[in-house]
Amino acid sequence: MTFELNILGNHTNCGDSGGCGDSGCGGSSCGSSLEGELLSSLVGGEGGCSEGPDVSSRRQFLKKASTIAFGTFTLTVLPMSVAPQSAGESAAGGALSGAKDEVLYGFLVDTNKCVGTGKCLSACRVENDVPEGYARTWVERFVHYKDGTLQVDLVPETGYAGSDLPAIDPELVDRAYFAPKLCNQCADAPCNQVCPVHASFTSPEGVELIDPERCIGCAYCVQACPYGVRFINPETSNADKCTWCYHRITKNEQPACVEACPVGARVFGRLDDPESEVSKRLATIPTSVLKEHLGTHPKLHYVGLSGEVI
Amino acid sequence: MSDPSFVFPNDPHVPWSIMIVLYPYITGLVAGAFVVSALYHVFHQEVLKPVARLALVTALCFCTFATLPLLLHLHHPERAFNIMITPSATSAMSGFGIIYNFYMLLLIVEVWLVFRPEIVERANSKTGFQGRIYKLLALGNREVTATSHAADEWLIRVLAIVGIPAACVLHGYVGFLFGGVKANPWWSTALMPIIFLASAIVSGIAALIVLYLFISWRRRTPPDLACLRAMSHYLWISLVIAVSLEMLEMLHMAYESGAEWHVLSTLITEHLAVSYGLIQVLIGSLVPFLILPMAIRPSRSPRSMMWMSGFASILILVQVFAMRWNVVVGGQLFSKSFRGFVEYPVHFGGREGLFAAAVIMLLPLLGLWIASKLLPLWDADGAVS
Repeated sequence: MTFELNILGNHTNCGDSGGCGDSGCGGSSCGSSLEGELLSSLVGGEGGCSEGPDVSSRRQFLKKASTIAFGTFTLTVLPMSVAPQSAGESAAGGALSGAKDEVLYGFLVDTNKCVGTGKCLSACRVENDVPEGYARTWVERFVHYKDGTLQVDLVPETGYAGSDLPAIDPELVDRAYFAPKLCNQCADAPCNQVCPVHASFTSPEGVELIDPERCIGCAYCVQACPYGVRFINPETSNADKCTWCYHRITKNEQPACVEACPVGARVFGRLDDPESEVSKRLATIPTSVLKEHLGTHPKLHYVGLSGEVI
Repeated sequence: MSDPSFVFPNDPHVPWSIMIVLYPYITGLVAGAFVVSALYHVFHQEVLKPVARLALVTALCFCTFATLPLLLHLHHPERAFNIMITPSATSAMSGFGIIYNFYMLLLIVEVWLVFRPEIVERANSKTGFQGRIYKLLALGNREVTATSHAADEWLIRVLAIVGIPAACVLHGYVGFLFGGVKANPWWSTALMPIIFLASAIVSGIAALIVLYLFISWRRRTPPDLACLRAMSHYLWISLVIAVSLEMLEMLHMAYESGAEWHVLSTLITEHLAVSYGLIQVLIGSLVPFLILPMAIRPSRSPRSMMWMSGFASILILVQVFAMRWNVVVGGQLFSKSFRGFVEYPVHFGGREGLFAAAVIMLLPLLGLWIASKLLPLWDADGAVS
């Protein structure tokens, strides 16, 4: 009941209703066995390399040496010439390739848990010095009325308790929920693709970043982002967007919005760590991504995402 | 049915202004004017000889100032050269440096070769300040022989041949910049480069007709009617192709009625009702489509033909500008939430305002005027040649 009243904005502050506790993901034990199967199928099982050719002749040695030389060249010299892309590609492919020393981050938003406190929004603004009138993250409220209409609006940064927004009569509503939005950190990011000067690049951890010293402010990336998360920062004149608080996560801290969320609706962690909460939940419960048909392959996943959220 | 009133929080800030409307408009004029000159130089359309030189110099003048709106738009213009020195291979926009510079160089060389006999002749005959300018323009080569002239003619033809695909690429890639944005259903179509190219040719021919008539009027010399008729003919054919492509794209979107059609149909019928429905389609396309065939009828009097062709050309120039506007600005008027619309506030002043846009459009004409003082765009007998 408290949840519904908050959605409809009747000024009930959820406060520290906390207790996200059981995420419902439960039995994650299946993950490890599945992973084992997947891994063995990827590497061809224990006896996968049964041929194991011996370097018994000079010809074979030369063949192998040239292969190694070519491989070294393609892995070292070529990536240097297109450094930002290759970093992104390797990071994006990290989850599949299973490279052990490669960090790859993931983000999960549970729309079933979000109660629209707005605490994530103000935390982000303070943490990242986001100018007024722009947003690195926001929360949408979807209200389905009994007469068949849908109302979509933005959760105020103060939360409904601190705003003067009129309350909605619960009797008129079929269902309502919140959808937090932030950078999707796409593995195939169109914003990165269209940047003409390598200012948009992918960190080794798969996070899309912007080089403030290189950006020319053409705004092509703003146009290319299907999720509307990019903007031209009026104070720096650079393209700007959510970085999942890159400056924090690389110090093993949580993004500001995740830390501020009182109900655990935002979950951040390492995809390359099968024991992280993100990995466990992605492995065990159905999740989805925004605008999947565009083929951007977001690393931001949603639980309980309704079809009308785009 | 959803209430169409929600926009993402960053979407009210329309990032691409009138300057990004001007860029494809100007490059379109460049490409179109070049095509006219190529029709003479490559395809030997002798009837276009009176405007062949004018077309080439017009293309050069507009191309010279094509980057100005981009520089005014960039939030970091001081880093503009990054696009030339560290281009990203994955970005369509990074092709700009290569394509623009190649085309600009081609235009400069071709114009120089076309006017070389006159430049050399004046470098040898003129004295004083004028003489120094022509000596400078002659680049140290002060002799034109029959052999060198033949070589020049051959090179001009080669450059004109190479210039046709280059002009197509110059403008087609601008269309590709928009057509390749999958986030925007108003832009994302493979037809976009072709639509841009077709309308570029239309605008180039129309601009040349207007310039030719204006210059003839200012010089009190009658225009070559055969040339005017031929250009009007080409203009009408190009217009039919361009508008057909534009309508095909629209019809295709409407017929498919994809997921975002509800937004696009509202965009067209409400937010672009004047600039698209009234200006681009009715006034800018339909009226010239009807006027031009009447203008080029053999029984038409010269004066009447000049007025009708000129009027239709001005309308077409407005149409192409409206088309650029509707693509560039129109594509930013709806939010990526596909549930709401935003406003593009047009300012008069400022770096990206109307005044700056007007100055940018006047600068190539100023350049053309200066070029007409330096280079013989027409013969002493008055006919533009």
